[in-house]
Amino acid sequence: MVGIISYGAYIPRFRIKTEEIARVWGADGAEIARGLGVREKSVPDFDEDTITISVEAARGALARRPLDPGEIGAIYVGSESHPYAVKPSAAAVGEAIGATPVMTAADCEFACKAGTAAIQTGMGLVKSGMVTYAVAIGADTAQGAPGDALEYTASAGGAAIIVGNDDPIAEINHTCSYTTDTPDFWRREGQEYPSHGGRFSGDPAYFKHVQGAARLMLEQMGTTPSDYDYAVFHQPNAKFPTKVAGMLGFSREQITPGLAVPRLGNTYSGAVPVGISATLDIAKPGDRIFVTSYGSGAGSDAFDITVTDVIDSDVFNRNAAPTVEQLLANPVYLDYALYAKHKGKILMQ
Amino acid sequence: MSVPRYWRKQQNRYRLRGTHCETCGRYFFPPRNLCPTCRRDGTIVDYEFKGDGKVRTYSIIRTASEDYDLQTPFVLAVVELEEGTCLTAQVICTPEEVYIGMPVKKAFRRIIADGDAGVIVYGTKFVPA
Repeated sequence: MVGIISYGAYIPRFRIKTEEIARVWGADGAEIARGLGVREKSVPDFDEDTITISVEAARGALARRPLDPGEIGAIYVGSESHPYAVKPSAAAVGEAIGATPVMTAADCEFACKAGTAAIQTGMGLVKSGMVTYAVAIGADTAQGAPGDALEYTASAGGAAIIVGNDDPIAEINHTCSYTTDTPDFWRREGQEYPSHGGRFSGDPAYFKHVQGAARLMLEQMGTTPSDYDYAVFHQPNAKFPTKVAGMLGFSREQITPGLAVPRLGNTYSGAVPVGISATLDIAKPGDRIFVTSYGSGAGSDAFDITVTDVIDSDVFNRNAAPTVEQLLANPVYLDYALYAKHKGKILMQ
Repeated sequence: MSVPRYWRKQQNRYRLRGTHCETCGRYFFPPRNLCPTCRRDGTIVDYEFKGDGKVRTYSIIRTASEDYDLQTPFVLAVVELEEGTCLTAQVICTPEEVYIGMPVKKAFRRIIADGDAGVIVYGTKFVPA
């Protein structure tokens, strides 16, 4: 059955605390951190972008399970911060991991769910027999305008999921999606920062679509939340996934392992792939994982995943790449001035 | 950097692709197509370095060209790869962290960008292992 062959995540080592951002804008940092459930967020280094994060994540996945890169037939990179407007990030990743030239590649874009759209695309190619392995990556160096609410959470990171048929570490039992045209968040061509509909991004956007896809999955699989050991929801902050989990009937214990956002921020397209990685870091054979992403614009992709014995077998080495917990440990904290320098927010002569 | 010049070295920069002399066992980066020891008796083959090594020596760059000015102070090191050959590369750490003999591993990073509209050059730097 089609499933996850390997996975790898990458998170830059720099962080800025929510209270430090709030200090600059004269806001109550403690209240904002409590409201969002986000204490700090990751910040990319000067020489890191979506392509470098994608390559490091993909190399982590290949370290855990050495495959012949020549058998990788497709690479899809989902992001809303591709370094080039025209020139695929996926081709650079393919070159860096030695998968070129006999492969197809493309970049995906669907706000924060481009990574799960890439997983679904890879599943289709694997299931149809067109490719042996597909690498699906969700990665971002997210942008939030200075002073905007997004600035407190827009962070950097990503994860790569290798999809295939042979001895997966986790079988993907089913996937389904729920999509409408909902203008809750957007960025027009040439604009540096996204715009959003404020509170409109809650009920008619995030909650409607996440619940839409999640309830569709439960209905189509004939399952209830108690059938799952873990659940991963898109995490623009900690408040939304915690609330939607409660609305659907999932417990706090089920979502906690995959909830990286309090120490990571919102990695946009990377958020759910990082959440899946964090869950796989601790999962045991037989564990069942419920996943629902969300991308503004708007849509959600749901996945029903069962971890197999292969995760503990000789063909897979979980310790060959850093876990999400290890990537979150020992950060280097920046003040707002250094953060602004890292993010290119300072106007240079 | 011109686009063709960058593209020609892409495999070497992205994946640390060098060469290896099967006759005497020496490794070369950047790649050599003739072994200076074995000459015509040498058999040169392509080789992808694992990317693990240690700092043999280093310098702290405090005054850099315009393209690298934002990153100062940064560490530029001669990294001795596990296979025995050396190359010059940036090590991503603070000047206080680096020391001779420090174990390092490869990392895929942005090297330089040709302004806001030109090509972005990616390649290999090193991070503490």
